Amino acid sequence: MPTVIEVHKLTRRFGELLAVDHAEFQVEQAEVFGFLGPNGAGKTTTIRMLTGVIDPTEGTASIQGHDIRTEPLLSRAHLGIVPEDANVYLDLSVWRNTMLMAELHGVPRRQRIRDAERLLDLVGLAGRKQQKARTLSRGLRQRLMLCTALVTRPEVLFLDEPTTGLDVQSARLIRQTIRELNRGGLTVFLSTHNMDEAEGMCSRVAIINKGHIAAIDTPDRLRSAMRSSQYVEAGFAEPAPDAMDLEKLAGVSRAICERENVRLYTETPGQVAAEVVRFADTNRLQIVQLCTRKPSLEDVFLQFTASSKVEAEE
Amino acid sequence: MTAYTEKAQTWRRQFHRALVMVKKNARLYYLKPPVLIFGILFPVFFFLAFKIGRPVPPEDIVPGMVAMALWFTASAIGPLVTPWERQAKTYERLISTPVSLKAILAGDVISGLIFGACLSLIPIVLGLALTDAHVASVPLLAAGVLLGGLSFASMGILLAAPHASSPSNIMLLSNLVRLPLLFVSGIFVPISQIPAWARWAAWVSPLSYAGGVIRRGFGLRAYFPIWLSVLMLLVFTAGLIWAACRFHRRSRAKGL
Repeated sequence: MPTVIEVHKLTRRFGELLAVDHAEFQVEQAEVFGFLGPNGAGKTTTIRMLTGVIDPTEGTASIQGHDIRTEPLLSRAHLGIVPEDANVYLDLSVWRNTMLMAELHGVPRRQRIRDAERLLDLVGLAGRKQQKARTLSRGLRQRLMLCTALVTRPEVLFLDEPTTGLDVQSARLIRQTIRELNRGGLTVFLSTHNMDEAEGMCSRVAIINKGHIAAIDTPDRLRSAMRSSQYVEAGFAEPAPDAMDLEKLAGVSRAICERENVRLYTETPGQVAAEVVRFADTNRLQIVQLCTRKPSLEDVFLQFTASSKVEAEE
Repeated sequence: MTAYTEKAQTWRRQFHRALVMVKKNARLYYLKPPVLIFGILFPVFFFLAFKIGRPVPPEDIVPGMVAMALWFTASAIGPLVTPWERQAKTYERLISTPVSLKAILAGDVISGLIFGACLSLIPIVLGLALTDAHVASVPLLAAGVLLGGLSFASMGILLAAPHASSPSNIMLLSNLVRLPLLFVSGIFVPISQIPAWARWAAWVSPLSYAGGVIRRGFGLRAYFPIWLSVLMLLVFTAGLIWAACRFHRRSRAKGL
C-alpha cells in the first residue's frame, strides 16, 4: 500500500516545553491509524502540525507526497478534519456550513450540492438543513463537522477525539460512517482516548507519551509483545485462595484475588491454567470459570504511559 | 503546463477562495453589533457633535461625513473577523483548508471595502438629497471611496493581527488608532487650519488622503494634490497589507 502520511523528525516546542519530540511514523493508504496518548502527550499538537494549523519547529511531514512546509496548499487539499470541539460556524445554517467548506476546497457546484445532500442524509441532518448550527446539540454539531469534512472528498481524514462526550447514537453513527468510508479506501488518522474505539477500528496504533512515540504496531502485536501482561483468570465456587499461595505456582509472576476470582499474570498462560486446575484438585476447590487472556489495548497503553503517571503523582 | 500558467491558475483559485471568504464574512459579520456600533453609530454621533451649534454650511460637511463613514466601516471588519474566529476556533478550520493566508486576508480586505463603500453611499445620498452639495467629479469621488476603503480595510486586517483573549480587546485597540487619526485628517477642520504638529500627523493618516480625494469629488479644495493622495493611498494599502501578512504569519507560527 502506498504511504499517505510520512512524518519525519516532527518536532514542536512552545517556549521551553517540548510538545512533540522528533516523531517518526508513516500511515498507509486505506489504513485507520490510531494515535493514543494521555492528556498533554502531544496528540493534538501533532494533528495541528499535520493539518497546517501550526508550523513544526523542526522536521517535516508529507501528505500524499506533498511536504507540509514547502507545499502547504497542496498537502491541505487532501485533508478533512474533525476536531474534538466541533468548530462549525454557529450563525450559519447546516447547509451553508457544508457549502462553505466545499467551496473553500474548490469542489464544483453540482458535485458539492449532490454530495452535501447525500452526506447530510447519511449523518441524519437532512431534515435540519436550514437550521442554524447554534441550535444543534453537541452530538449533532459533531455530525455536521464530519459532513463538512467529507464533502470535500478528502483522501485523509483526521479525527481528533471525535466521539468524546457524545451521546451513544452520535458516537456510534460517527464510528460506523468512518468504518464504511475506510472500506471505500479513505485513510483515517484517529486520535482517541477511547481504547475500545481504537481496538475496534484501528489497523495500527501509535502510542505517544510526553511528545515521544513510544510504540507503533497493530493492536494485536502490541498486546502479544507484552507477554508479562498476559493472565489467567479463574473463578471459584468459594472465596478465592490466598494470593501468596497462588504466586507459588510455576510460571505465575503476580496474583490478584478479589472475592471468588483470581487473576494470575504470567508469560506462559497455558502452563499456569494447568497449574490452577491441579491446585484446585489438591485443595478441593471447585473451579466455575477458567480462561486465559491477552492484555487489552488499555493495558498496553497504561504500560507505555505509566512512567508519566508516576512522575505526575510525584 | 508551464510554471507561468500553473502560477496563474493558483492565483485564480486563491482569488476565488478569497471571494468565498467575502461571502462568508458578509453573511456572518456585516450585521454584528460591534460593526454596527463602531461602523454606523460612531460616525453619526461624531457628525452631530461637530455640527450642532456651529455655523458650518451643511454641504461643506458632506465630504467629511462620507470619509468618516468610510473610515469607520471599512476598517471595522478586519478587527472583528479574525479575533472572533480565533475565539470560536473557526480560524483553525480556515487555515487548515487549501486557502493561503494571503487569500484569507484578501477576503477580509475586500469584505471591508465592500462594506465601507456600500455604507458610505448613505451619507452621499443623504448629502445630495438634503443639502446643496453636488458631485463635481464622479471618477474622483469613486476613486476616493474605493482607494480609501481599500487602505482602511487593509489597516483593519493589520489591527487584527495581535493575539487577544477577547475580540473586544482588538476593537479597543483599533479605536485607539482610528479615533486620534480622525482629528488630524481634516475631517472636522481643514488640515490647513489645524495646529502645525497635527498637520505633520496628517501625513501619516490614510484618512487625510482619502478625505482629500472625496472633497475634490464634491468640488471642494483639498490640502494634498490629487496625484499625491492617490499615490499615498496605494502606498498605504500595499504597506499595510504587507505588514498584516507578516504579523498574521508570525502569530500563526506561534500557534496563536
